[in-house]
Amino acid sequence: MIAVENLTKKFEQFTAVDDLSFSVQEGEVLGFLGPNGAGKSTTMKVITGFLAPTAGTVTIDGHDISKEPIAAKSLIGYLPEGAPSYGDMTTLEFLNFIASVRGFSGAELKERVERVINEVDLGSVCHQTIDTLSKGFKRRVGLAQAIMHDPKVLILDEPTDGLDPNQKHHVRKLIKNLARDKIVIISTHILEEVTAVCTRAIIISQGRIVADGTPAELESRSRYHHAVSVRLNSAYDIAADLNGVQGIGPIEKSDTDPLAFTILAQQGETIYAKISEIAQSKQWPVSEFHVQRGQLEDVFRTITQRTEEAA
Amino acid sequence: MGNLGIIFKRELFAYFSTPLAYIFVVIFLITNGIFTFDMGGFYMRAQADLLPFFSFHPWLYLFMVPAIAMTLWADERKTGTIELLLTLPVRLADAVLGKFLAAWVLTGIALALTFPIWITVNYLGDPDNGVIFAAYIGSWLMSGGFLAIGSCMSACTRNSVIAFILTVAICFLFVIIGSPILLNAFPDWVPQGVVDAFSALGFLTHFDSISKGVLDIRDLLFFTVFIAAWLLASAIVIEMKKAN
Repeated sequence: MIAVENLTKKFEQFTAVDDLSFSVQEGEVLGFLGPNGAGKSTTMKVITGFLAPTAGTVTIDGHDISKEPIAAKSLIGYLPEGAPSYGDMTTLEFLNFIASVRGFSGAELKERVERVINEVDLGSVCHQTIDTLSKGFKRRVGLAQAIMHDPKVLILDEPTDGLDPNQKHHVRKLIKNLARDKIVIISTHILEEVTAVCTRAIIISQGRIVADGTPAELESRSRYHHAVSVRLNSAYDIAADLNGVQGIGPIEKSDTDPLAFTILAQQGETIYAKISEIAQSKQWPVSEFHVQRGQLEDVFRTITQRTEEAA
Repeated sequence: MGNLGIIFKRELFAYFSTPLAYIFVVIFLITNGIFTFDMGGFYMRAQADLLPFFSFHPWLYLFMVPAIAMTLWADERKTGTIELLLTLPVRLADAVLGKFLAAWVLTGIALALTFPIWITVNYLGDPDNGVIFAAYIGSWLMSGGFLAIGSCMSACTRNSVIAFILTVAICFLFVIIGSPILLNAFPDWVPQGVVDAFSALGFLTHFDSISKGVLDIRDLLFFTVFIAAWLLASAIVIEMKKAN
């Protein structure tokens, strides 16, 4: 278990992380969201023991990162932002180095290195120097070093940043596979990633937690939660038909398609059935009709902008 | 093998996996040759010792050692690998010492490769090899002093060129600090004790006696404490500045 208690990190006058408290249990994949400069990376740097907290504590499985750094760091695998690695080494040399620092030697070291090479598919670039690798491969080398010792806690700072869609998919699958008995914390800008891999999401803004819940819970806070999207074949005034119907909120027109509309639901209302009925009885020229779960992006924007305006 | 050894090995290996180590060694040997034979008048003196060889070492190190030391920490900061290194289960002391030792061994290798000069002097005459051995030790210790300063300066910045310039400047200070020019500049009212204490900080004061074959424990201690102090300062600077 990771317990973060009243964590504060200040850089001179600037408060990057402001009295943050949360805990993460085994099996959870925690997505760390927030606008740039919200304190995501700083929080990760403190959790991994790179930066010392100004106040508060971080404990990894009972080991305080400030008091027992070596014990705590042994439990963590960390992919820092930008996946830094020693560019003058080959992939294999670098992974051998990491494995020996992690305390492996001899046959076990070889076995460990081979395992991570297979796991993140680095076989083809084993003997290339890291400097010559593409961004995607570099990121995978970073992941490989993070999972070398099969760590209990995996902390990944923007693990899929700069990868192509196939690589993203691959990395997400990898994280899901790894996550079963581990604690995984990933930070990301990409909100679809949260829905794809996370079991829980924390949104932070200006160093504070502004939302904490499962991706579904967060989505349900969206004004698009239970909204109905309709696309028509020909022009038709659907607003007239919906006028006065209980539970229906504003109707938004699409910016790109004059025949597409999104009908918002009022807070806590389910409007799908009603609209479906009206559409049938009035014979709307419908070509597409679906219910939205809510847009995480919308929640993200609403929440983070609100806190930014408040400050 | 402890983490100190693992980091040492990686760093030393890194020097030799790029042209840096080879260029350093070759330039070091060529410059040594020019200094000793051309400028030092090795043959003209017709004496069976290596004094001209060693007396140029402080000036040679002044520019060559900072070139190795400048990347020690500046590059780690620049590429972000410092974050990787310091979140591994590694003590900062192991990292600082491992990196320093790797660079120190590199200068040691370069120094050892000057052995043809030693063979030459033994071929031409009958030198006191004990003195020569002591001078080698002294020279290597002195290079360690330069490197330790470089380690600290490299920790101060992410720009290795700035680290180089700072290191040269500070090393220069420690080279000239014990020289007569500087000591004579003290006004008369400064107590002799202060002047002596000042000159005792200079590299030349200690290196000169060692290179004459006097392996005084105080001179050895000076370099050891000097290196330890600058490495400690490196660790403190890294701890303070790693956030930016």
